Amino acid sequence: MSPAMRILAGIVVIIVAALAAGLWVLRGPGPMAFSGGTTVALSDYRGTNPAGVPASLAQASLVERGAYLAKAADCMVCHTAPDGKQYAGGLGFKLPFGTLYSTNITPDKETGIGDYSDQDFLNALHRGVRRDGARLYPAMPYTSYTYLTDADALAIKAYLFSLPPVRAPAPANTLEFPFDQRWGMMFWSAVFNPDTRFEPDTSKSPEWNRGAYLAEALAHCGECHTPRNPAFALDNPKKFAGAITAGWRAFNISSDKQTGIGAWHDDDLISYLSTGHALGHGTASGPMGEAVDQSLSQLAPDDIRAIVAYLRSVPPTPSPDLPATLAPPAPASHKDGVTADARGKMVFEGACVSCHGWTGESPVSPFATLTGAWAVNDPGATNVAQIVIAGTRRNTPDGAISMPAFGDAYSDDEIAAVANYVTARFGGKGSKLTAQDVTELRKQVSQ
Amino acid sequence: MTIAAKIPDAFSRRTLLTGGLASGFLFAFHVPVRAANEPVQPPDTTDGKFAPNAFIRIDAAGHTALVMPQVEMGQGIYTAVAMILAEELDADLAQVTLEAAPPNDKLYANPTFGIQVTGNSNSIRAFWKPLRNAGASARAMLVQAAAQQWQVEPASCTTSKGEVTHGASGRKLSYAELASTAGSQTPPKDVALKDPKDFVYIGKPLKRFDTPDKVNGKAVYGIDAMLPGMKFATLAACPVFGGKVGKVDDSAARKIPGVRQVVILDDMVAVVGDHMWAAKKGLEALRIDWAEGPNARISSKDIWQDLRAASEKDGVVAKSTGDIAKGLATGEKYEQSYELPFLAHATMEPVNCTVHVTPDSCEIWTGTQIMTRVQSAAAKAAGLPVDKVTVTNHLLGGGFGRKLEPDMVIAAVRIAKQVDGPVKVVWTREEDVQHDIYRPVYRDTIAATLSDGKIVGWKYKVTGSAVIARWLPPAFQKGIDIDAIDSAVDMPYDIPNFHVEYVRAEPPAVPTGFWRGVGPNNNVFAIECFIDELARKANKDPVAFRRDTLGEPRLKAALDYVAEKSGWGQPLPSRVGRGVSVQPSFGSFIATVVEAEVDEQGEVHLRRVTSAVDAGIAVNPDIIMAQIEGGLIFGLTAALYGEITIDKGRVQQSNFHDYRMLRIDQAPKIEVHVISSGEAPGGIGETGVTAGPPALRNAIYAATGVALRRLPIDRSLIAAGKKS
Amino acid sequence: MTTTLMINGEQKSVDAPPEMPLLWVLRDILGMTGTKFGCGIAQCGACTVHVDGKPVRSCVLPVSAVRDRAVTTIEGVSASPTGAKVQKAWLDLEVIQCGYCQSGQIMSAAALLAATPNPDDSDIDAAMAGNICRCGTYVRIRAAIKQAASGRQS
Repeated sequence: MSPAMRILAGIVVIIVAALAAGLWVLRGPGPMAFSGGTTVALSDYRGTNPAGVPASLAQASLVERGAYLAKAADCMVCHTAPDGKQYAGGLGFKLPFGTLYSTNITPDKETGIGDYSDQDFLNALHRGVRRDGARLYPAMPYTSYTYLTDADALAIKAYLFSLPPVRAPAPANTLEFPFDQRWGMMFWSAVFNPDTRFEPDTSKSPEWNRGAYLAEALAHCGECHTPRNPAFALDNPKKFAGAITAGWRAFNISSDKQTGIGAWHDDDLISYLSTGHALGHGTASGPMGEAVDQSLSQLAPDDIRAIVAYLRSVPPTPSPDLPATLAPPAPASHKDGVTADARGKMVFEGACVSCHGWTGESPVSPFATLTGAWAVNDPGATNVAQIVIAGTRRNTPDGAISMPAFGDAYSDDEIAAVANYVTARFGGKGSKLTAQDVTELRKQVSQ
Repeated sequence: MTIAAKIPDAFSRRTLLTGGLASGFLFAFHVPVRAANEPVQPPDTTDGKFAPNAFIRIDAAGHTALVMPQVEMGQGIYTAVAMILAEELDADLAQVTLEAAPPNDKLYANPTFGIQVTGNSNSIRAFWKPLRNAGASARAMLVQAAAQQWQVEPASCTTSKGEVTHGASGRKLSYAELASTAGSQTPPKDVALKDPKDFVYIGKPLKRFDTPDKVNGKAVYGIDAMLPGMKFATLAACPVFGGKVGKVDDSAARKIPGVRQVVILDDMVAVVGDHMWAAKKGLEALRIDWAEGPNARISSKDIWQDLRAASEKDGVVAKSTGDIAKGLATGEKYEQSYELPFLAHATMEPVNCTVHVTPDSCEIWTGTQIMTRVQSAAAKAAGLPVDKVTVTNHLLGGGFGRKLEPDMVIAAVRIAKQVDGPVKVVWTREEDVQHDIYRPVYRDTIAATLSDGKIVGWKYKVTGSAVIARWLPPAFQKGIDIDAIDSAVDMPYDIPNFHVEYVRAEPPAVPTGFWRGVGPNNNVFAIECFIDELARKANKDPVAFRRDTLGEPRLKAALDYVAEKSGWGQPLPSRVGRGVSVQPSFGSFIATVVEAEVDEQGEVHLRRVTSAVDAGIAVNPDIIMAQIEGGLIFGLTAALYGEITIDKGRVQQSNFHDYRMLRIDQAPKIEVHVISSGEAPGGIGETGVTAGPPALRNAIYAATGVALRRLPIDRSLIAAGKKS
Repeated sequence: MTTTLMINGEQKSVDAPPEMPLLWVLRDILGMTGTKFGCGIAQCGACTVHVDGKPVRSCVLPVSAVRDRAVTTIEGVSASPTGAKVQKAWLDLEVIQCGYCQSGQIMSAAALLAATPNPDDSDIDAAMAGNICRCGTYVRIRAAIKQAASGRQS
């Protein structure tokens, strides 16, 4: 892009942002608006307090409570680089217009948040404003964290300040103009950040309200699972209908019976959230795997049940590209069923079948069973390709179980071929990935 | 030379597979194979045992033991050595026992290297004469003993299947009956060896002696050593080469059931447990802060930059004939460079060693290619005299040069010194791949001139690590690594002005060593690729161009043979090509044609490989075929996938998912034709390895016009379709 | 945790953590070293055993998942006619070089022939591609499976 074009593009973006501000009314409903009940300020709510920590931690220290909440908010995954120190930042988010790096949130005074006052911290979490007044990009989910109570946010701060300071300057972002202009986010934030704290719904149970608080203010499920509108804000009328984020598909977790979680048993949802796996529903990998490992698996059982209760209430939105029924196990013989992609079959029979079997039902571990998993029923094969590239690792009650990362030694052509073979054999409809698609998928992953 | 005795049909692979050998040559003996845990005594004749030399033991009870100076790692050497000894001894192979030699350089040194080592495809080459002499000499003493007893002329006696027969009288004495008196006979000075036409065993595709126990789980490899009270350990060395252990938090590891001990050394940490699983989990639970040191900055990119810079320098002249300046000034000049990556060995049996250290002894159980070096290295690590160290060598689950190094033994002894009782140290595959001693990176540059379609000048420069300088320093003379230039200085082509230089360039931090195929790996690749490019410049068919330029008649014969058998010149579908390579390496002469299909994405499908090999007298032609078949797969695997890369001072690959191996569904049809020329036997374990990669590359060149000059094969270059 | 296993028709009682892979139970606790460790991640097949007649990579199979299912290892494969045929074909065609992977190759081949008595090349690929051989014995493995299937040398 020539400099003149860049400036022109910048002006266009600013005008669009201004228009967006003018179109305030069109920004759509908030994330909990679907419930339709009456909401009250938390201080006016007479049910069990939906904020804070579970009863078991009621007597814990501020730092311990903050630790629980920081886990529930899943701060660490984004604020830790591969092979980096925890919370020291440096994870790169690959966007179409450059790379954005997470920052150091250890209490280091120079490179971390050691100088943040309580108000500075609240400004960041609730309003997306840095201590120096600069605007945060919404990769930092402050439009979710804005629902946190001050007390919970400051408990998280207390926890972070209890960590050893790590000196680690964040790598410079490589965003193109005009996206490198942080001030532009002021308009975006004005439109799309409600800057309001969680308000319980009096028509719902205390459990639902706890679930809502956990899912919206802390776990920020919608940041991946709710599609975004053209202005990059959550498209809440399609709440939890699934989206592609950072190169991975976050599946439909609305209560749609065919393509969402409407038909899942409570036990399955609980199992999936707390272990990353539910019998017959596949295994979490990629960002959801990390969310389970670092966050959800460490929540109190009552909190998991509360999230389930909340998820159940989200209205159904179908995903039209997903099959209405999941494919049954494939035939036991390699010759039966789909054999169209010869190269894909070759990769599969060499590197995959030992664990996944020809039927898709694993001979070694239910965690490796493909049958029933959304990933193999997705005709986009996004997550199948990503798992083949990056591998996956799950912690089970019996220790870790993992799949190696094949992305370094198998070509994009081979990965596309095996993803197409796997989705065709174990899903309803085979994908049509090309080597080029795989090249693109590799580029989108946060690292 | 002519193809005097190409393997008669009775021994061709096809017949072998049909097994229709009415003549009864398909011997299938069950020969007990014993590890060297019972030290073999030097020659002695006590207790009525006939032990005329280091290799043969016959006792009065009729047991004939043959001692194996070379280790069995799949190459079939136990069978071949036994055949040679039994041939001249006229022993009954059905009655013998094979024993692994104990560490003893005096008795069992490889004549080529002066130490007890198995490698460089030279077991048969080095031991052919000594073993025949040993067998013949023992036979002569047995005959003398019988003749003495019968009061007849030794010349009137014959031997067969462990018996001496007096022709005239028909009297017979078994070797067992002669064992007590044969030892006192004077060994003949110049013993007569058999005329090859009288060979009973040599030249026959006898069944291997080591395989029956390999189909039922009874064969014992180093990793299978089991001792009473033994513990199991696995280790982690600093992932950065040369790095040290900083802080270790082993609190979580110690809580794991079955974990017994955490051994912290300066450069590695080991967890000792009741079984490998406990050790492995314990190791994963350790929190280790490594002091990575300066090597943490090293990456493959820098290593290649350095190597390329080094290859611009003048090297030490290894060979120069004719007038290279004049040669390079005549005709049209071409120049190209070829690059080869680091490679790991990845033997199927991961690196391991079992050790029991006591205050005054150190016992080792392992599978090694260097018995005596292991013994002395263990002694040093244990702080004990060499004679306090015993080494029991087991079968090797692949060697490929990895077990020409004692590092795993030294590590195991250092750990075992801190463990009460015997401990088996097994490396995880990840550790095995990331702490190998790697095949070096090489860059070979060739400048040549063509005049009237003939090569007039040839200037060749090898740049790479001098493994010999570290591994066998006395052989590193005048700055020349004789391994790195192997097959470059003794090229089979007749070129009037010929010049070879060597530039020693050691990669920083990355340890380098021998890898199956050794020096010829790089040189055969560069030469055979470049010859193909010259053929194209000269507008000649690659086989015809080679035939016109080859000086070595045995190789020319192999080339003609393989051209015929591979259907060279016959039409092929589009994007399918044939490529040829020839080489005189390891004393064997092999010509190979690879037929491969290459798709638009650059994916390579191996269709067919045909090799013709003249390995001189073929001691066991079926084993030769097997070695070529396997060697081809080994080399083609590396050509397609093999590359170890370094980032931040560490190896980036770790297991078979990212250090790929060719699988059965990718394996081509392979035909091996063994040409028995009657010459002295050549080496066979590595020649297939070096033959495959250039032939494959030339097939891709033929199929697509893309001239690859680097291994492994880069599919994106093929897909991009850049012509040379 | 004490687990009772049925291995090669014999009942064996072992004290092992539930998540411990069968491979290490066989090798390090029971001393049955014929089953080999190659990669630990189900990529090489050296550790293949049969569980209820099906080939399984014992390096990733938790012993708790075996329960009362019948385990056959290389030490016991000759008890089945298919296993014995495979072993014989392996020796007849002199498939083996170093032999380290061959326990797994034989177990995979025996399971293939038990399920598919007359395998074609694609059946062999599908059953055997998970077994790596560094010595490169693939050509002979294919021939040996065909011979074992046909009962005569091909």
